[in-house]
Amino acid sequence: MVSLVEHLPLLIVVLSLLSAITILIAGWIHRRTAWFISLGTLIFQFISSFFILEHVLTRGPIRYRLGGWVPPWGIEYVMDALNSYVLIILLFLALICLLYSKKNIEHELPEKVVSFYTIYQLLITGLCGIIVTGDIFNMYVFIEIASLSAYALIASRGKIALRASFTYLVLGSIGACFFLLGIGFLYAITGSLNMHDLSLLLPPFYKNRVVIAAFAFILVGLSIKMALFPLHTWLPDAHAFAPSEISAMLSGIIIEVATYAFIRVAFSVFTPHFLRLFPILEILSWLAAIAILFGSVLAITQRNLKRMLAYSSVANMGYIILALGLSMSSTTSPWGGLNPALMHILNHALMKGCLFLVAGGFIYKADLWNIDQFYQLGKKMPYTCAAFVIAALSMIGVPPSVGFVSKLYIILASIEARQFFFVAVLLLSSLLNLIYFWRVIETMYMKTQGEEGHGPSSYSKHEIPMGMLIPIWILSSLCILMGIFWLAKIPMPILDRVNLLFGLFQKP
Amino acid sequence: MEWFLAKIFAKYNYWVFILLMLIGFYGIVAKDNLIKKILGLNIFQTAIFLYFISLGAVKGGTAPIVDEQIVQKGYLYANPLPHVLILTAIVVSVATTAVALSLVIRMYQEYGTIEESEIIEKSAREPLHGVNSKPET
Repeated sequence: MVSLVEHLPLLIVVLSLLSAITILIAGWIHRRTAWFISLGTLIFQFISSFFILEHVLTRGPIRYRLGGWVPPWGIEYVMDALNSYVLIILLFLALICLLYSKKNIEHELPEKVVSFYTIYQLLITGLCGIIVTGDIFNMYVFIEIASLSAYALIASRGKIALRASFTYLVLGSIGACFFLLGIGFLYAITGSLNMHDLSLLLPPFYKNRVVIAAFAFILVGLSIKMALFPLHTWLPDAHAFAPSEISAMLSGIIIEVATYAFIRVAFSVFTPHFLRLFPILEILSWLAAIAILFGSVLAITQRNLKRMLAYSSVANMGYIILALGLSMSSTTSPWGGLNPALMHILNHALMKGCLFLVAGGFIYKADLWNIDQFYQLGKKMPYTCAAFVIAALSMIGVPPSVGFVSKLYIILASIEARQFFFVAVLLLSSLLNLIYFWRVIETMYMKTQGEEGHGPSSYSKHEIPMGMLIPIWILSSLCILMGIFWLAKIPMPILDRVNLLFGLFQKP
Repeated sequence: MEWFLAKIFAKYNYWVFILLMLIGFYGIVAKDNLIKKILGLNIFQTAIFLYFISLGAVKGGTAPIVDEQIVQKGYLYANPLPHVLILTAIVVSVATTAVALSLVIRMYQEYGTIEESEIIEKSAREPLHGVNSKPET
């Protein structure tokens, strides 16, 4: 059993790639098989990610040598506490979005079902690859696989989505090129591409200008991918016009995986020691504070629900980066180290996933995009709207939801770092969250008539199919349950292991 | 002045790559035509590839082919690893270009133009809802 688990990091990536090809062939014969093959693969991946986590927590990191080549010459896949945690979030959200997509894709893209699932599996391949790899050039290749699949999936709705996808493609390629250039600088100075090897070879060169330039290029490149303010400009359109499950994936996990890549490069390749030499984290946390305010304010001005949620994603990336920026200033407390950042990666995936899927439900049932068309929805689609309200309250930060826990931990971390300005920013952003989500909830439950004067067509219930409702409800109930788990500190051992890994956490 | 020129020519490969990169970047930012933007992107990517390949070059080195003569007589040979990396990166760049061109074709079918400003103008006017689906009531 142990030996099998040690092969899982590779199997997760390869099976996903194989299933993409299988879907293409099987779907050509019979297109209904596409969804089932995709489901089977994702269930296998999801279960095996738990085995990996269990193995990592009990027996330590897994190192898999591809083709038996010894690192640093060969490519190495490394699973430690950080990867296996992010991998579980990724596969969970991918599975939920897949369940949801069965009805939605047949409705939205009836002719493209097979190609949708093929590219969806390629997207999962790329994202899993970014997470499991221990080789920095391999990471670049997987980032491009994931991004290319994402461009295609965003464009799948046609028309305005094409322009959104093109903007993302141009910016994303520039970002990836910067990342590649950073890798080139690191290779020029060390002659190695293995992350562990790099972290051993780099320390003598920390003051070298080439290394600093490499870090700057990697930071800027990944900032485009993770939509950090002011490089977020591709995000709102891409999120708004993609199919809803892809919006949920984009907002919930794709930009977070880019954040993971940054954490990996910043803490594993460049050690915390390097980050202390320059005010990198300070600059990042100030940018993040601007992102939080900017995203929240622009979210208020949007009429389109999915665009509003997209700007809210910009703000939420701000939370994650702010937590990341504070990670070095406090170490011993439960909110020290990377804890708040990693918590919010999971919490944001749950909340934003749920909200985007609900927005997709409105589009599926009645083609409603703008918030002012949502009058009477609370009566027509009671279960969907209830799930939206739970997730929205969680975003605002009502205890004991996940949003509350994230905000509490980030605020505690900023108090410990003596950064009271950030506390003010976080509290203000909660208020702004309240404004923009309340506007939606008010229209859904209290307005009887739209501003354009159309009367409600009917008061009868008009709920979305169960296949879409169940994933939405799984996510929205997890918004509460996970919050209670966090407050009970059940998943904390995993995060402690991550901090130990990077030397950020010293037990007293 | 001579000292300055010598400084530039000593590392001319880096100057070429930076210059090409900036030309590509200019194309991406300044051109309105989407195909020209893609060309700019390709120049941008190629500049980085050239940087990698020039890293692997060894003065007076031959091609890195395993051969009795090279090993025994102690010939110098170029570092093959950057070349291999760039082969992968070229594949990625071709795939990116393919996706970008197919997007441009779809946009041309949709809007009848490949000028970005005209596409923005036309897409701003179209209604959001009913992008692809019919209302079901």
